[in-house]
Amino acid sequence: MAPARSPGLPDILRDAGLYALVAFALCVPVVSYRTEAGPAGLELLPRWPLVGLLCAGIFVLRLAQRLVLARRDARRALIPAPSQATEAVHAEPAAGQTVSGFALWAFLGLALTLPVIATLASGGLGPARYWIDLGILILTYVMLGWGLNIVVGLAGLLDLGYVAFYAVGAYTYALLSTTFGLSFWVCLPLAGLFAGLWGMVLGFPVLRLRGDYLAIVTLAFGEIIRLVLINWTDVTGGAAGISSIPRASFFGIPFTADEDGFAARFGLSFDSMHRVVFLYYLILALALLTNLVTLRLRRLPIGRAWEALREDEIACRSLGIDTTATKLTAFALGAAFGGFAGSFFAVRQGFISPESFNFLESAIILAIVVLGGMGSQIGVAIAAVAMVGGPELLRNLGFLSAVFGEGFDPNEYRLLLFGLAMVTMMVWRPRGLISERQPSVSLGRARGISGAHVSEGHG
Amino acid sequence: MEVFLQQLINGLTLGSIYGLIAIGYTMVFGIIGMVNFAHGDVFMVSSFIALIVFLILTAWLGISSIALALLIVLVVAMILTGLWGWAIERVAYRPLRGSFRLAPLISAIGVSIFLSNFVQVAQGARNKSTPPLLSGGITLMESESYTVFLSYKQCLIMAVTAVLLTGFWYLVQRTPFGRAQRACEQDRKMAALLGIDVDRTISLTFVLGAALAAVAGVLYLLYYGTVSFSDGFVPGVKAFTAAVLGGIGSLPGAVLGGLIIGLIEVFWSAYFSIEYKDVAAFSILAIVLIFMPSGILGRAEVEKV
Repeated sequence: MAPARSPGLPDILRDAGLYALVAFALCVPVVSYRTEAGPAGLELLPRWPLVGLLCAGIFVLRLAQRLVLARRDARRALIPAPSQATEAVHAEPAAGQTVSGFALWAFLGLALTLPVIATLASGGLGPARYWIDLGILILTYVMLGWGLNIVVGLAGLLDLGYVAFYAVGAYTYALLSTTFGLSFWVCLPLAGLFAGLWGMVLGFPVLRLRGDYLAIVTLAFGEIIRLVLINWTDVTGGAAGISSIPRASFFGIPFTADEDGFAARFGLSFDSMHRVVFLYYLILALALLTNLVTLRLRRLPIGRAWEALREDEIACRSLGIDTTATKLTAFALGAAFGGFAGSFFAVRQGFISPESFNFLESAIILAIVVLGGMGSQIGVAIAAVAMVGGPELLRNLGFLSAVFGEGFDPNEYRLLLFGLAMVTMMVWRPRGLISERQPSVSLGRARGISGAHVSEGHG
Repeated sequence: MEVFLQQLINGLTLGSIYGLIAIGYTMVFGIIGMVNFAHGDVFMVSSFIALIVFLILTAWLGISSIALALLIVLVVAMILTGLWGWAIERVAYRPLRGSFRLAPLISAIGVSIFLSNFVQVAQGARNKSTPPLLSGGITLMESESYTVFLSYKQCLIMAVTAVLLTGFWYLVQRTPFGRAQRACEQDRKMAALLGIDVDRTISLTFVLGAALAAVAGVLYLLYYGTVSFSDGFVPGVKAFTAAVLGGIGSLPGAVLGGLIIGLIEVFWSAYFSIEYKDVAAFSILAIVLIFMPSGILGRAEVEKV
């Protein structure tokens, strides 16, 4: 095979120019004219400089990308390609795809000590609130990611309606506590139980479906549950949601300033931050519980059946694995953890409404699992930090308004960048950030393999 | 009876729009086997393009003939939306061909989120409404309490849909491109061996799907007179339901499915409850996929081991 002629600079420039031209055509008219409601109907505000800026940006990006690619290709051309067959069997994960044991412990250590570090760094419990709240948010998504990972990463069943179980958990706690006055600690297991039950109920009809169809049906179920929550006003409060949900207590001791409160009992001066720190450790414990259960289950026959199911359903059936039970346990368990996370969400917010459980949430959780590298526990955690913590950085980019003019709110671009990141990740690294796989059972030394040898999506 | 007839007209109008969107889903699924999740948002983008082009034409260029303005809007929206479809396929789906199964679906979800937020950032989050166009119509039946009314808009929507579908059917059944398209649908590798440019055919399929979605977008804007950045998701899912109901991969099936979904939605709203009309659509999607995955006109999928 003749080596492909490496493209010269004029070619690359022309290509980038073409991209800019297409970008220009796409921006006309959606970007170039902004519609604003005026006194006599809609009015158009021309914004051509913005279009120019966008096209220039696309041009530069494409140019850079092509130049980098050209250099990489030139470098690769010097190395003879190894034979494909031997490489595929023994391929070690490429650099940057594994996480060392030390990094794992460092990550866990950071998670455990975050409130302390934040307090020391910002000088007091009060100022540390932002960081601890952010930690709670990230850990909630880590937990949801780990829960969904059981369904998507291990059993290979693509679930686009996971947020429904999160909603079931949240509403279970909210309704039980506001109507029957049950405490959080009673409701937490109940929420998990109900969500798991719903996982079974919704999982049962979709047993025969696989791949894309399964994804779409789970999406439909998720939307149905949300629409029912909105419209069943008598029970769920409709679109207004449920407010004044009771707060969590320290195993029965409320976080109040009076005599029986947490601070007084433990001889501390009252600080409303005690509750926040407690919530942080609560969600950390819940997330770690999810992780522990998943890791242990992977070694049990059921966990191995999940992974076998992900690889090849027909082979599974012919080997006598009960695929019905296997799929239903995956759905139920994943849903149960979603339910735990949901009731935590309700107790933390004190207010829930159907708006918190829309399709976008499902997409975010799924994106976390996929970007983390389906099946990799630490990958999911890293992806959650990146996807949830990353947008928080945008809030602090106030200086950009000096560049783009007043009224520029970086936060508006959060979801825009989020969508772009999903596409970019798929194109650039479809196997996720951490694509190493540890075999669950091995003879002799367990050796990680690249995720490229693991299939999924046949569930 | 009068109510029934009126709802029938409304349902067929809505169904035409769903059918036009559904063709994009069904063709893309037929040729590369992926659910183009972003198709509903392409439809929404086309609605915005139509809105802005229409405003430019009427407010700035002073075209007073509504018919001429609509024609220009339709053509421009089809071209620009086709370009969007082409660009999306090129950037987000083509590099993933041959990747694992779920990669294109996840990428498509990313595109969907990107498109709706792109429009939100570019055009603002408010609903955009146009002044009512093409008012008036024909009174078909009159009784003391109820009048059956067929508006010109509805006539136009059904007529445009019928004309375009005929043209489209001709394109797929009788032209070299249509032959190439159907060949790729049957066996991409074999088609490539026989000298068909598969990449080009897939690109063109996306362009055509997007162009039909643009027609739907223009008609949607004409019919409802308002559009917002979040209007892509629900019509998109309903059109997908239509494609599945008709049998995914089948063009007449997509139109038939669209009409059925439109009718079900309208009758459900009229006779049961308007709040749960989307629940009805989503339930049909689930029921069809579970019990009748090959749809009304589709072929049953044979699984080879």
